[in-house]
Amino acid sequence: MVNNCILQVQNLTVNYNGHVAIDDINFDVYEGDLLGIVGPNGSGKTTLFRAILGLQQYKGRITMFGHDSDKFKSLIPLIGYVPQKTIFEPYFPATVSDIVSMGLVSEKKIVKGVKLIQQCGCCWNRIYKNTKTEDKLDAALETVGLEHLKNRRVGELSGGELQRVFIAQSLIKDPVLMILDEPVSSVDLESQKKFYNIIKKLNKEHGITIVWSSHDLDAIENYASSVACMNRKLFFHGQKEQFFEDEEILKTYTESAVQMHLRDHE
Amino acid sequence: MVLDILSYGFMQKALISGVAVAVICSFMGTFLVLRRYALFGDGIAHVSFGGISVGIFLGVFPLWTAFLVSVLGGVVLQKLRSSTKISGDAAVAVVLVSGLSIGVILISATGGFSIDLFSFLFGSILLISLEDTILILTISGGIIAILLALRMQFLHLSFNEEQAKVAGLNVTLLNYLFVVLAAVTVVTSMRLVGILLISALIVIPNVTAMLYGKGFKKTVGISISISVFSTVMGIFLSYAFSLAPSGTIVMVAVALLLGTLACRSLGLISKVELRVPSKISHTT
Repeated sequence: MVNNCILQVQNLTVNYNGHVAIDDINFDVYEGDLLGIVGPNGSGKTTLFRAILGLQQYKGRITMFGHDSDKFKSLIPLIGYVPQKTIFEPYFPATVSDIVSMGLVSEKKIVKGVKLIQQCGCCWNRIYKNTKTEDKLDAALETVGLEHLKNRRVGELSGGELQRVFIAQSLIKDPVLMILDEPVSSVDLESQKKFYNIIKKLNKEHGITIVWSSHDLDAIENYASSVACMNRKLFFHGQKEQFFEDEEILKTYTESAVQMHLRDHE
Repeated sequence: MVLDILSYGFMQKALISGVAVAVICSFMGTFLVLRRYALFGDGIAHVSFGGISVGIFLGVFPLWTAFLVSVLGGVVLQKLRSSTKISGDAAVAVVLVSGLSIGVILISATGGFSIDLFSFLFGSILLISLEDTILILTISGGIIAILLALRMQFLHLSFNEEQAKVAGLNVTLLNYLFVVLAAVTVVTSMRLVGILLISALIVIPNVTAMLYGKGFKKTVGISISISVFSTVMGIFLSYAFSLAPSGTIVMVAVALLLGTLACRSLGLISKVELRVPSKISHTT
């Protein structure tokens, strides 16, 4: 069975005041994929995600299930997004339940998006279909192992717990795709391991398609099914075995990472 | 004595209007404080002074012109924040002084300050008419209904605007609706504490409520309770001791804030460990 192409990025270019952040990138994401995107700091990973999520202007074409423009925009609420870090006041009066429930804040748009996708003949594994909101909340929290922190205020959570809260916020709306932007870059090793196991579970057991950026090549090797390697340009996209076995590609990645590191510290 | 006070028609109207205003100020104030718009209330209140002056100058009912000019001021403020490089607090300052200056010019053109104007500046809850009470109750009902319906949307917007946008919210529309609601809240509340003290009723109950370290619903509940208690107690105390109601209401709210801080210092309210907020880093 051929998997559906969920996301298609064609000739994507992003400029910041004359500076090229992303240069003519092309790649596809297929249903069930767990795509790890690697690249040094400043290579354009976050910009790529922001363009996909409609937060960044770009040249080129991004489609979901073949839809672009307005129809594509109406599918964005079906994408689960976990940012690298989120700024909020430590006294912010919201519990874990409040934050997770925010995932359903545009429920009507989600339902509309689901209909649009179903018209394409795609029927992804909707875990919480026809489930009551309160049950969805409990199930999402259980999946990320935070049911015991349901009534805890977000300002009291650790970095790792907070990132799992955002996973639950995405899960509650039955995402067709999840985008995780260096989600564990500032959490301890134990929490990283928990986080990766949740990602793997979501992908393998729930069949959720995931695109995830990371600097951690070990994690990419252990958990991803395919790899994209970028440094403004995309210079590899394929199966992870191919990436890790090809010394030339690994050498190119390491050299560009070192160059970016040196440039950042000049 | 309390029953005696309640038997007066003017006190009944003052208490009913006061409670309604206390509820909308604290509910709207929760979002204003969370979005770091705490001084927005102050800015809009000063703009409303300009609006009142326009009304007095033109011989129109000042409250209507205050509504119109304040909503316009709120929209301009939002536009300045979103479309220019002027920072939030600077934008408030620009709008605030513009409104105040227009007011001063028009007032001087109409022959100086009047009793009417003083009642808007410092509040005149005990002089409120039945028509005013009905107007305040109607507008407050509308504001509460909208806030209840959109509370999760506004909470999401307050937590993280970009995530709210990705979640499918029409952030631009919600932002404009938010400033319009805030402007209407401020003008509706002017009769209680006046232009100069309105931001106290928006900020203080919410700052106090957040010290209890609860979730959203409980924080809103605590904030509304503090606001209503301050208003009712302030009106009673001002009557009993012949004090200005507006200042007394605000001082009761300040006393509750100081009391809460003292209770926290003494360990009577558990100090919740707060983590340092993370910084967003838009790595490209």
